[in-house]
Formats: sequence, C-alpha cells, structure tokens
Amino acid sequence: MRVVVDLNRCQAYAQCCFAAPESFALHGPEVLVYDAAPPPERRREIERAVQACPVRAILLEVEPEEAGSHG
Amino acid sequence: MADRDRILVVGASLAGLRGAEALRRHGHAGPITLVGDEPYPPYDRPPLSKRVLTGEARADRIALPSRPGLDLTWRLGTAAVGLDLAAREVALATGERLPFDRLLIATGTRARPWPNAAEAALAGVHSVRNRDDSERLRGALAAAPRRVLIIGAGFIGCEAASACRSIGLPVTLADPNPTPLASVLGTRIGAAVAAMLREAGVDYRPSTRVEALESDGEGRVRGARLVGGGTVAAPVVIVALGALRNTEWLAGSGLAADAGGVACDGQCRVLDRDGRAVEGIAAAGDVARFPHPLFEDGPVALEHWGHAVAQAEHAARTLLGQAGAPYAEIPAFWSSQFDVNIKSVGLTNGADSVAVTQGDFGARRFVAVYGRNGRTVAAVSFDQTRWLPAYAGRIEARAAFPPILGATDQGRVAPADPGFPASPARG
Ligand SMILES: Cc1cc2nc3c(=O)[nH]c(=O)nc-3n(C[C@H](O)[C@H](O)[C@H](O)COP(=O)(O)OP(=O)(O)OC[C@H]3O[C@@H](n4cnc5c(N)ncnc54)[C@H](O)[C@@H]3O)c2cc1C
Ligand code: SF4
Repeated sequence: MRVVVDLNRCQAYAQCCFAAPESFALHGPEVLVYDAAPPPERRREIERAVQACPVRAILLEVEPEEAGSHG
Repeated sequence: MADRDRILVVGASLAGLRGAEALRRHGHAGPITLVGDEPYPPYDRPPLSKRVLTGEARADRIALPSRPGLDLTWRLGTAAVGLDLAAREVALATGERLPFDRLLIATGTRARPWPNAAEAALAGVHSVRNRDDSERLRGALAAAPRRVLIIGAGFIGCEAASACRSIGLPVTLADPNPTPLASVLGTRIGAAVAAMLREAGVDYRPSTRVEALESDGEGRVRGARLVGGGTVAAPVVIVALGALRNTEWLAGSGLAADAGGVACDGQCRVLDRDGRAVEGIAAAGDVARFPHPLFEDGPVALEHWGHAVAQAEHAARTLLGQAGAPYAEIPAFWSSQFDVNIKSVGLTNGADSVAVTQGDFGARRFVAVYGRNGRTVAAVSFDQTRWLPAYAGRIEARAAFPPILGATDQGRVAPADPGFPASPARG
C-alpha cells in the first residue's frame, strides 16, 4: 500500500493514530508522522484511518496484487 | 478537443502525476505519456529533508499513491531536451522526438548548487532535492560524522538541522540573514525558529557567510572558511541555498521561460515571448510563474506541495478546454522541525506588518498574521494549525489588518515590522 497525507489539510485530530496506531503517530502536539508504505496486512486499519479522518486528508492506494489477495 | 489527442506530460513528479490523474478524471480518453528524467516513479519529496535523513523513513518507500487504472505510458529515466512548438514535438535526450497534441510542463526545480563547482564536487558535499541525494546524505549521517555543516537556514536547511539533532549529530547552521527563514517569515517571527534551533543544540550562526569549502587534499571536504575569518571543521556539508527552476530544456523554444520559471496566464496556459498564451500547452507546480489574484506585484512561482497538486488540476482542465475561473488557490505550506508544526496560508511577500494574534509566542504555540497596506495577506501558525482555515478565509476576503480586538485571544494586538531582509541574501 501507499499512503500520503495532505499535511496542509491535516488538523492533527489524531483520529488516524487511534485507528491505525502502527502507521500514524503525532510527534509533539501537531506533527503527524506516518508510514508511507505500510504492509498489506494493515490494510483494514489503514482504511479505517482514511474513513476516520475528519478532513479527508489521507490518500491511500492499494497495489493491484494486494487488492487481489484481499478480495 | 479530440478524444484521441495525445497528451504529453514532461516532469514525472507530484504535479505531473496529479495532472495526469486530473486529465483522466475530467474525461480524457486518449493516450497520456509522462516523461521524467529520474529513474523512479513519482515519489513524495517532503520526507527527503525530514524522516529519510533520520532513517525513520526510507527513500525507496515514499512512492506517491495514485488512482489505479489510469493507463499511462511512462518514459522514466529520460530527459526532455527541447520543445519544437511548430512541429509540436518534444525532443528527448535519447534523440527521439515525441509528438503531442497537448502538453503539460511540470519540470519543477532542482537544488541550487554551491557556486564554486570544484568545491561543490568534493566528496561529503550534499544537497537535498531528490531520492538519490537524500539516500546518499542519509548514508553519510548514519556514519556518525564529527559535525555536519549546513549552509542556508531556509526550510530545507532547518529541517535537515532538526533531523541531524534528533539522531544526536553535532550541527553548525550558517546563514547570512539575522534569523532563519528570514525571507519567508521575516526576522520578527524567524526569531522563534532561532530559539528552537538553539534549544535543540544547533550551533546556529546568523549573519554568517561561508566563503569557501576546504578540501582535505584528497578530494573530500574537511570544512569551510567563513567570511571575516573563522573556520568550521565538518566532513559533511549540506548546501541548502534554495532552488533553480528547470527551464533550460525550453531555451530557444519561443516560450517565455527563464530562470524565473515558465510564464503562464491565470489559466496556467504558457506564454510565448510576446506574452501571448499558447493553445494546448500548460504548466504547473514549482516551475510555473503565474499571476495570483491575491498578489498584485506581478507573477509568482510557488514551491509548495499543495500548490503543485492544485495547479496541476487546474492546468489539466485548461488542457481539456474546461477551465472556469482563473487559478486562485490560496498558497499554503507546512514544515515540521524539532517536532513543531509550522504552517502558512497566504503570501508574506511584501508584508509591511505582522502581529501575533493567538497563543503564546514565547512558548512557540501561536499564530502570526501578516498585513500589507491595511489588509490581511498571510498567517503563519506554530503548533496552532486549527486557526489557519479561519485566517485563510480572512485573507481571501482581504479583511482589514490588524484584526480587531476580540477576534483574537490576545490582550493587545501589537503590529510590528516583520523585518524582511532588504534583498534576501543567500549562502
Ligand atoms: C526536500 C524537500 C522537502 C520539501 N518539503 C515540503 C514541505 O514540507 N511542505 C511543502 O509544502 N512543500 C515541501 N516541498 C516542496 C514540494 O515537494 C514541491 O513543491 C513539489 O515537489 C513540486 O512538485 P513539481 O512536480 O512541481 O516539481 P518537482 O517535484 O521538482 O518535479 C519535477 C520533476 O521533473 C523532472 N524533470 C526536470 N527537468 C526535466 C526534463 N528536462 N525532462 C524530464 N524530466 C525533468 C525532475 O527531475 C522531477 O522529477 C519540499 C521539497 C523538497 C525538495
Ligand atoms: S485523522 Fe486526519 S486530520 Fe487527524 S491527524 Fe490524521 S490525517 Fe490529520
């Protein structure tokens, strides 16, 4: 998977950090750091993070072979 | 336009990729080819000066996501070297000529090199613009050098200083201005960044010019000599002197393209030497110089991630004959350093006044608002991002500056001279 967060849009609400704690974290009060290439087994939680973000700042792409293996 | 028109995108990075996606999203069914001189598919640059340098992220794992099924043809590792407007062809370094019906120019910028070529070529001298740069520099930092010298306290220099400190490396940061980020934030607000640098243990040298890089006699850098005497011993030097626009390949094409970028109109259509818009050719991202309705001093070029995305979308619609109102996206960027989130909306260029309107400047959690001729033109937040959308609205509405009391959480709003350097000094 590939992930990019539009950090102009991100308001540091940290919803993604609760939904996918292994892939998103806040450093200091507002600096969002994230894994841009999380492993396929984290797909469900990353998708939850995408949905949870109140400002829709997270963009996710699932590579075709991964999409296949998860139905 | 014809559905089968061939669209060529030159520059395969953020603006090129987002432009190609927008072309598909807005209905273009014909062939789209992307030409990029880097060997890699589009990747995200912001981590290159941040978490790639600390080793927390890897340069080969920051590819940009994109929508599946775009059916794009990629020509990576291939530079465009010329544009023939009459024949509507782009010449490639391989000697091929690629014909096009529509063209999107998105060749971005590159790092401004250290001005002395022999010194710049010394082993241990780095810049930070692309994957290879950042990977090489990461390797040098991982070897725990005695000291790192960073030349230039702009965003990339400060972010690199932050990365070095967070992995415990001694850092000297030299810049000719009195504070970091002086040309973007002014020295009044830049002082907050100076305090951050010092607290983090950076040996920050304001008002300091590097005169020359010194060789160890075996082709490696061993440090630098400063103007007015003094030396800094450092086996790793990071040159962070800003960017140069990649327009050389357009020389002689008849387009108005030079060191200031590719000139465009408000619809991202490129202009020819006589200032006429050229049909079917648009530009977007770092390389484009264009009139922004919020900035009346003339065309600007913006080197911001969000701008590359938004302008690429607009340029794509122009190429498809679907453009509406001129491009007017409010400029915005972020930077993170020392775990502080610095964000900005609007343009501080030419601001004559600045005031802290929210939060606590001393604690570095605040919003500073910039004014020009009594109008609000920009806002910058340090760990106070949630205020920015409101200020973006004020900037777009050209609201009065200073803001009225009560619109802020300050007991007193005290506008001050922002302290921009007379002519932004480099290196
Ligand atoms: C280290 C770094 C950190 C950054 N951090 C931030 C940040 O925190 N926040 C923020 O808002 N912005 C940040 N930016 C800025 C942001 O990344 C840029 O604004 C964005 O990359 C611009 O995209 P672009 O596609 O216009 O240009 P570029 O990303 O420069 O892409 C242009 C592409 O075209 C290629 N090219 C050039 N000439 C040719 C040619 N003749 N033929 C073929 N290909 C060519 C280049 O090699 C490159 O791949 C950062 C930039 C860097 C370098
Ligand atoms: S949920 Fe969205 S706004 Fe909140 S921290 Fe994550 S990306 Fe940012």
